[in-house]
Amino acid sequence: MSEHLSYLQDSGGRKGIFKWILSTDHKRIALLYLSILSTFFLVAMCIGLSMKLELIAPGRQIMGPQTYNQMFTLHGVIMIFIFIIPGIPAVFGNFILPLIIGAKDVAFPKLNLFSWYLYLAGTLIALSTLLVGHGPADTGWTFYAPYSIRTGTNVTLAVFAAFVLGFSSILTGLNFLTTIHRMRAPGMTWFKMPLFAWALYATSWIQLLATPVVGITLLMIMAERTFGVGLFDPALGGDPVLYQHLFWIYSHPAVYIMILPGMGVVSEIIPTFARRRIFGYRAIAYSSLAIAFIGYFVWGHHMFTSGMSGTARIVFSLMTFLVAIPSAIKVFNWVATLYKGSIDLKTPMLYILAFIFLFLIGGLTGLVNGALATDVHIHDTAFVVAHFHYVMFGGTGFTFFAAIHYWFPKIWGKMYNAKIANIAWGILFVGFNLLYFPMFILGMMGMPRRYYDYPPEFTFWNVVSTVGSWILATGIILMVVNLIRGIRSGEKAPSNPWNSLSLEWQTASPPITENFEEIPVITDEPYQYQKQ
Amino acid sequence: MENTTEHFEHRDDAASKLGMWLFLYTELLLFGGLFLVYSIYRFRNAEAFAECGHHLDLMVGTINTIVLLTSSMTVAMSITALQHGKKKQAIRLLIATIVCALIFMVNKYFEWHHKFEMGTYPGSPTFKSLPHGDGLFYLLYFFMTGLHAIHVIVGSIILIFVIVYIKQDKIRPDKFALHENGGLYWHLVDLIWIFLFPLFYLIH
Repeated sequence: MSEHLSYLQDSGGRKGIFKWILSTDHKRIALLYLSILSTFFLVAMCIGLSMKLELIAPGRQIMGPQTYNQMFTLHGVIMIFIFIIPGIPAVFGNFILPLIIGAKDVAFPKLNLFSWYLYLAGTLIALSTLLVGHGPADTGWTFYAPYSIRTGTNVTLAVFAAFVLGFSSILTGLNFLTTIHRMRAPGMTWFKMPLFAWALYATSWIQLLATPVVGITLLMIMAERTFGVGLFDPALGGDPVLYQHLFWIYSHPAVYIMILPGMGVVSEIIPTFARRRIFGYRAIAYSSLAIAFIGYFVWGHHMFTSGMSGTARIVFSLMTFLVAIPSAIKVFNWVATLYKGSIDLKTPMLYILAFIFLFLIGGLTGLVNGALATDVHIHDTAFVVAHFHYVMFGGTGFTFFAAIHYWFPKIWGKMYNAKIANIAWGILFVGFNLLYFPMFILGMMGMPRRYYDYPPEFTFWNVVSTVGSWILATGIILMVVNLIRGIRSGEKAPSNPWNSLSLEWQTASPPITENFEEIPVITDEPYQYQKQ
Repeated sequence: MENTTEHFEHRDDAASKLGMWLFLYTELLLFGGLFLVYSIYRFRNAEAFAECGHHLDLMVGTINTIVLLTSSMTVAMSITALQHGKKKQAIRLLIATIVCALIFMVNKYFEWHHKFEMGTYPGSPTFKSLPHGDGLFYLLYFFMTGLHAIHVIVGSIILIFVIVYIKQDKIRPDKFALHENGGLYWHLVDLIWIFLFPLFYLIH
């Protein structure tokens, strides 16, 4: 069909593994990210499973408190810094962003490859905490002082890993911002730009402006551990609450780094499978920016019980309620797009519908955390863990799965088994709710998070939750196996199997190295499905 | 940051300049965290910070400030010179910039060396016995000027590359994005010092 080789066939004159690790093609770099990221996802999933197994009954089952503390830290560090934060931007942002705005590559292809090497170095440093000294950190992924200053485990290394991973994330953000500013196809004005690109644009600003703050904070942790000067440890005269402020100044915006790209994926998939023009295009685009902006000013809601003035708590609580508004605008617009659409329940769409359901629960329980009075009751309980997993896993995780099922034929030019994919989705959905919903109840009953043990009255819901974790894992494994089989021996896919109008589908699948035979000229707004 | 890939020649100077500006924002916020911590602890330990400020060598600090400001001027002049086609002058001005950077680093070395002899550096035995406010001052002093010194070194390395590229005609009057970006980075190094100098040496 095309005279040029697809990116998978075009080796750039290199051999063996060098075809991949020296390629500056954004599509190959995306797959480099995907390979590391999915491996670590499965590892962290196994860690999560073992934690749930420990919690199947009161008392010690398979691990003691110290191991459990290290397990939940490792699970958090891997899932946050290695899976979710890079997740959608590094894999699908890299692969799809240039295609969806009609560009040949990102603005700085070499820098893009360099970001991947930084990412690789960060993961290796994180892994090295397992092997040397007193084992992986046991502080939780937040590295709260003063414990992170005093513990003998490898906090210094773990913190350095997060620092390096942060820089990889900054450079990716910088690359995307420049790409979106400079490389849109002729005719693609800002408001003809697809919403996935809008979401990545907002995300990249957060990556660029928030990540350095946590970077320097983590360096301060390292300095304090090395030199013993009291920056954050009260025993040495430091201020632990200051650490929490600095940490959350980044890490709260960071949760929007995690969710915004996922919301971009939703905005792409819903119009395609509802065959309708997206409802409220501008509202969705602006709400991405609004979330990114307001998201900077809500960090204090992580610290309602840490000691802040009453005024500060009220202001942060108010801001938290405000940031819920743009998220709600998005959900409203997505549902309005579905209304009177001709909905096609293909696998990506199923994941998106599950996303809306789970994200609603996650988002609304977020307000329970954000309200001052209720937060005192549920702070540091399993409720928070449940809320976080509903938003992050039910939100970002499910959109990641949706994205991989949606763009699978684009990336590999093949098709997975749709029936098995749907079954895996069903198992995943049931397992997810069975695993995390009981944790809301446990939290309301008062079960604290981050303990390997609990009193017997919590047993029933913990057993339900553990069984849910097995079902969820089964679903994930089935999904992964199905996808790998699709890559290896799937049927050849047509170049636009979903009949999408988006730009990335208007070229061959898999795309040629330079993406388009001819750079497209944009005359219309995106998602004009009514005209068909 | 070049805009070339293995599969297509693409050059966009505006993009690389935009990329550099974005990078500078990141750098500013990296130091921003430190400035925040500095101001909070200065507020809480005002007397100790004022007292320790007296122990820094105001002369060395002033000379370094003048040296860095001069280097910012020479780098800007070299960019203008190159754009007017004066290749040799541009190189000479860049060398002057790097000499300034060297003077800055040598001064810094003697200043730090003095502190090491006095034992007021983080990790030393005397340091542990210092009052908390003094310890914080010296930790922040070494942390912030140290991080700044790393930026001076990185900036110099970038400028050395610029000199080599000018000699090889890879940077020309019609293609000077890297030169300009190197200059931008150098101005950032200067800018941060402009804030560090009064915070540590001047406010008493």
